[in-house]
Amino acid sequence: MSLFSKAKTFRGGVHPSEFKELTEKVAFEVMPNPKLVILPLKQHIGKDAKTLVKKGDEVKAGQVIAEPDGFISAPVHSPVSGKVLKITKEKNVSGFPADAIIIQSAEENELELMPSLDPETVTPEEIRERVRLAGLVGQGGAAFPTFVKLTPPKDKVVDTVILNGCECEPYLTRDDRYMIERPDDVVSGLKIIMKALGVKRGSIGIENNKPEAIEIMNRAVANIPEISVDVVQTKYPQGAEKMLIKAVTGREVPPGKLPMDVGCVIQNIGTAIAIFDAIVKGEPVITAAMTVSGLGIKEPKNLIVRIGTPLVDILEYCGGVKEEAKKVIVGGPMMGVAQFDFEAPVMKATSGILVLLDEEINEPVETPCLRCGMCVDVCPLNLMPTKLARYAQLGKLDEAEQLGITVCMECGTCAYTCPANIPLVQWIRLGKQNVLRLQRERQSA
Amino acid sequence: MTTVTANPSYKLRLASSPHVHSRWSTKRAMWMVVIALVPCMISAVIFYGFYQLLIMAVSVIFAVATEAAVKYFRKRELSIGDGSAVITGLLLALILPPNFSLFFTALGAVVAIGLGKEIFGGLGYNIFNPALVGRAFLQAAFPVQITTWSVPNFAVEGVTSATPLAAFKFDKIGTAVSSMLYGNIGGSLGETSAIAILIGGLFLVFAGVVNYRIPLSMILSMIVFGGVFWLIDGTAFPSPLFQIAAGGFLFGTFFMATDWVSSPVTPNGMWIYGAGIVLVLVMIRLFGGLPEGVMYAILFMNGFVPLINKYTQPKIFGEAK
Repeated sequence: MSLFSKAKTFRGGVHPSEFKELTEKVAFEVMPNPKLVILPLKQHIGKDAKTLVKKGDEVKAGQVIAEPDGFISAPVHSPVSGKVLKITKEKNVSGFPADAIIIQSAEENELELMPSLDPETVTPEEIRERVRLAGLVGQGGAAFPTFVKLTPPKDKVVDTVILNGCECEPYLTRDDRYMIERPDDVVSGLKIIMKALGVKRGSIGIENNKPEAIEIMNRAVANIPEISVDVVQTKYPQGAEKMLIKAVTGREVPPGKLPMDVGCVIQNIGTAIAIFDAIVKGEPVITAAMTVSGLGIKEPKNLIVRIGTPLVDILEYCGGVKEEAKKVIVGGPMMGVAQFDFEAPVMKATSGILVLLDEEINEPVETPCLRCGMCVDVCPLNLMPTKLARYAQLGKLDEAEQLGITVCMECGTCAYTCPANIPLVQWIRLGKQNVLRLQRERQSA
Repeated sequence: MTTVTANPSYKLRLASSPHVHSRWSTKRAMWMVVIALVPCMISAVIFYGFYQLLIMAVSVIFAVATEAAVKYFRKRELSIGDGSAVITGLLLALILPPNFSLFFTALGAVVAIGLGKEIFGGLGYNIFNPALVGRAFLQAAFPVQITTWSVPNFAVEGVTSATPLAAFKFDKIGTAVSSMLYGNIGGSLGETSAIAILIGGLFLVFAGVVNYRIPLSMILSMIVFGGVFWLIDGTAFPSPLFQIAAGGFLFGTFFMATDWVSSPVTPNGMWIYGAGIVLVLVMIRLFGGLPEGVMYAILFMNGFVPLINKYTQPKIFGEAK
């Protein structure tokens, strides 16, 4: 990580305090069944799943309890054996109430698995179908159903699959641990993805703050010429799709386009593991691996928990929360969602739970913009955050649109850096929604 | 450590991401600039005596008091803690001639904050560098006093109170580069010692307070523009090295042109802004009536900053070249 590091990267970005040392050496631990699990019918982008069970039904772990509705949707499986308590509205991690199935869990899980498939002989169609049935969604935050990403439109030529092992969010060490503990399954999962897409080139992008994972993954791909380990610079947001593609292939995804438009598909390390589990073990998505960390939690851990486990159980399992805790976040500190209580359940895309103290948050007083230009300098997409935020604030949507507000991926690098502590990305987020609404209105007009 | 309940008794902060912030704050950056000015303050005392501390004190006190008064009458929150008025006061003092009248100094500080900054709405809203506005006012109001220079302490034989630029311009007398390096020459309080300025200035660059682009652009531009004239006629025009070391160039480069508020925010804008300042400066120094022109050159380019920002917007990632 020296100043003269030759690791590949992109222009801009920041390097927040990592805090990875809290959990990077801690092996995964499987948390026992909670008393009850809360399973939102929507744990992905797209339409809600349709429920297949009713109150009082006995279910097995792995059983489908809600089926996908439409193309962009995903099924939900019961993560535990037990009894359906009720089907009701519960708030999820974003704080909004949503339809959810609540299951009282038995002590022992009776697993209902799908038949195992041989990764050597499985066909692309079988892979896509299995991934869809297993309920896989992207683990990077957006939670896009995974099989959709494995079904590129006919006119797109994909030539590279990149596994995202950057884990550029501070604190999180889940992908790091996956690579250290299950390197061969990661590689196997990547090969299955490559097969589904008919792609010859695979890459695993890892930030250079994970020397152990880099060494282990290099060993795991030593005899596989079509897969490379690409060491990239430790810098936020290196794990953003556009930034990782730039670092690994040198290609730039144009504004408004997808990675597929430059021939790339990016999948998370966690997704590769989940695909391996779905194909080889026949296991649907019923657990989530995550990092529970922050100075406000007594015993930081890397955990494998049942989907639907309420946060309260996990925090309790990790020794409890310090009273001076200021923020509890689901996800990473740069893009995660703050919680006001601990009722919400873990979802498929949950990658971390953080309990932060004042000293980690470090929030200076907000002052007027000093036009220092730091936000412009650090913006990985070369936008002008100070102007966009100002336009958003003033409701000047046309100007904001012209300056590319919809290109913003809301990584928060600008707000993190701003010496005046102006909530830049927060204003831009608002402005972006308003511009998108304006564009929809224009289209329907 | 307590038992975790679903609804904790204490308050959790809700906010939209990001949930953490860098070590940067307005206050921290401002006080770092004050620290960076310490070497220049020391050189002023070494070469011109302890009286100069009085000038600095008066300038700072009146700058801060003016800001406080304006905030009070406009019923706005006091903002003294951010340190920006302290910087303006210090910067103004350091570009005044040694042994300058304390009364005029106070007047300059009031104008710098009042007309240079608060009239636009305070920190962040001013167009021109406030300290330079104060200095420009004094130059117009008291042209004689503000060009009355003092002989530095430890003056080697032949060193007069005339500034190196004036000596060259009006009498074609050169000055040893070594004297300009240490600061043992005639000039404003904080402008004479190249070494003191470089210590503070490079500290700001490496600490990340000051973006390297503006200083680098100015120094490279001086080598190019100043060099062209020097190559054309080495007797009529001074060497670029002399131009860099003399007058307010280095001080202006590191402490005035880099003022966040009055300089561009775009990377390319910073390069253009620096080059523009030097172009104007070389014209004033070599062809104008004044020996020195850093102040006017920077103020002139300050006025172009909104335009520069507008036309140097960076190309969005992935846009066609």
